[in-house]
Amino acid sequence: MTNNVKIDVRHITRVEGHGNILVDLEKGELKECKLAIVEAPRFFEAMLRGRHYSEAALISCRICGICSVGHQMASLSASEDAFGIKISRQEQLLRTLLNVGEFYESHVLHVYFLAVPDFAGAKSVFPLVKTHKDVVVRALELKRLGHHIGDLIAGRLIHSVSTNVKAMSKIPTDDILHDIINQLESAKEKLKADVKTLNTLGAPEFERETEYISLYKEGEYALLWGDIYSSDTGIADKHDYLKMTNEYLVDHSTAKRAKHNRSSYMVGALARFNNSHKWLSPDAKQVAEDLGLKAPCYNSYMLTHAQFVELVHLADEGIAAAKELLGMNRQLEDRSFEVKACQGVGAVEVPRGILYHDYTYNDKGYMEKANCIIPTAQNLSSVEDDFRALIPMVKDKSKEEIQLALEMMVRAYDPCISCSAHILDVEFTDK
Amino acid sequence: MAKPRVAFFEFSDCEGCQLCALDLTPEQLLDLVSVVDIVEFREAMTEKAGALDDHGDGTDSIDVAFIEGSINRESDVARLKRIRERASIVVALGACAHIGGINALKNFQSEEEYRKAAYPTDPYKYESTTAKAIGEFIKVDAVIPGCPIDTGEFLHVVKDLLVGHKPQVPDYPVCVECKLKENGCVYEKGMHCLGPVTRAGCGARCPSNGGYCYGCRGLISKPNIASQQDIMQKYNLNEDEMLSKFKMFLQRSKEVFPDDK
Repeated sequence: MTNNVKIDVRHITRVEGHGNILVDLEKGELKECKLAIVEAPRFFEAMLRGRHYSEAALISCRICGICSVGHQMASLSASEDAFGIKISRQEQLLRTLLNVGEFYESHVLHVYFLAVPDFAGAKSVFPLVKTHKDVVVRALELKRLGHHIGDLIAGRLIHSVSTNVKAMSKIPTDDILHDIINQLESAKEKLKADVKTLNTLGAPEFERETEYISLYKEGEYALLWGDIYSSDTGIADKHDYLKMTNEYLVDHSTAKRAKHNRSSYMVGALARFNNSHKWLSPDAKQVAEDLGLKAPCYNSYMLTHAQFVELVHLADEGIAAAKELLGMNRQLEDRSFEVKACQGVGAVEVPRGILYHDYTYNDKGYMEKANCIIPTAQNLSSVEDDFRALIPMVKDKSKEEIQLALEMMVRAYDPCISCSAHILDVEFTDK
Repeated sequence: MAKPRVAFFEFSDCEGCQLCALDLTPEQLLDLVSVVDIVEFREAMTEKAGALDDHGDGTDSIDVAFIEGSINRESDVARLKRIRERASIVVALGACAHIGGINALKNFQSEEEYRKAAYPTDPYKYESTTAKAIGEFIKVDAVIPGCPIDTGEFLHVVKDLLVGHKPQVPDYPVCVECKLKENGCVYEKGMHCLGPVTRAGCGARCPSNGGYCYGCRGLISKPNIASQQDIMQKYNLNEDEMLSKFKMFLQRSKEVFPDDK
């Protein structure tokens, strides 16, 4: 293998959609390194304009099937911030449960269906049905648990039905809450059984310290409420999110890019783990230790392990929320409030990182302006910077090994699922 | 007999429908892979069926192509037609492919308007055109409606295709299913609802969970628009607001928006 490598990848699907990878290595020197996003733009900011506040979450959740609940949470939070609505404890707990469902579906899909086949030397989960049936069955059950919780709490998980500004339009019965508790207890046991599986698979060696940005709340593993936190510059108010994201366009990408204190920053499970690890549940901390995941962790490949740890934490959080709801006099809440011309920001953690929605409403409650900043877009420059750090480490390896290292790096970021399934068709040219 | 070769493709969408197609119990997944060969499914697998074409798809023939997403760019039409040529049966998977879905909501705005809202600094940087359903470009043999699809309905359609039946989706309104569930009428709560003219098959999921129907499964083949107007009069509801509800998913429906692009 010479040191001349040219990689031209067409259609990584859904890193916020379709994307390409271009890497050009000449005599061991990196000439070009791009993660290009070529998805057809969908113009959600335009679609939201002129719509009533009661439709904002219904429309914006359709940005993404896998982050649907996350978009709803950001959307509701932006509207509530704008109208000055404080949600009740009951509503907080219901959203926490729905969010647990979201993370289960998304993280399980990434860890088990997209990452594990790589480690196991397979090209999809389907052949693993024969060779690792027990793991596949556990994975399907864990993923379905996400959908199941979504069904029970909000009518369905993807583009859920019962979420509204101020309060949900559905209240779970005792039986439903007991069912969720039992299933989450059993999910923890299943996850513990797979700590060994994950350890056997390991993670490639890699280190690049960077800026980690996540939601932050003292005393909580912050997911649905809090301030913004940067590992470089500390706490910032969510209303100052534009100072954190500084979006810009590049020629090779229809997804906007973001930067803050450096050329790029990282969001997602590893950023959350690095910033908020001390507030993980005791069992989640134990699983992190068993997986060899220690904060701060600078190995982007360990993002998958951080997601796994979060699954354990979220089971505990979901169980606690369901138990608290069981002890409450649950009832449908009044959803009326005073409509006024206003502006507000929602900042929440979705599986892939911090997500911002920013809405401006007129005095009739119709949207005048919307801005949504997606975690995958925030991570794109970080992936490129990781490529730049990774390529010198692997440039003398075989074609197949370089390809796999790059593929696994993009997959580790879990950019948006289908991209992770088929990232790279690598074309090598020996000059 | 060789197992039917099945593939999944997506255009402009959120991929939620493919996720719903994957929301299977272990038994269902094992059954499915025992009766069909999934030969292309970018969301879940690396392999392609045959050599790659210049769109990054395979080139081998396939028996059933499930296509998700609407067509938002002229440049996607060639890829869509190529998939049609490869496939014996094309199924529109979900609202975006079936009726343009939420993507068509932007069609109500001028191109300049929607471009500036999303990319204010450089509105014409990227290619985009009127969002359309796949059936406006190619022949579609079956549809699985909904945003997102229902996993049970997906499995039904797969079963129908396996035994050689043309898959059928209900052609009566959501109200029928809503009444069977003994829900109180959404209009009685003072809300708009498109249940009277929207295709059933979802089990009236939204009205049953505290919501209202916004028409994601498309109109029934003979929607009684006059009856919908009667209901609005009866409940003294605002016509503009009702029209606004129709805009969310039904921009491509000529019965409602005959003059629209």
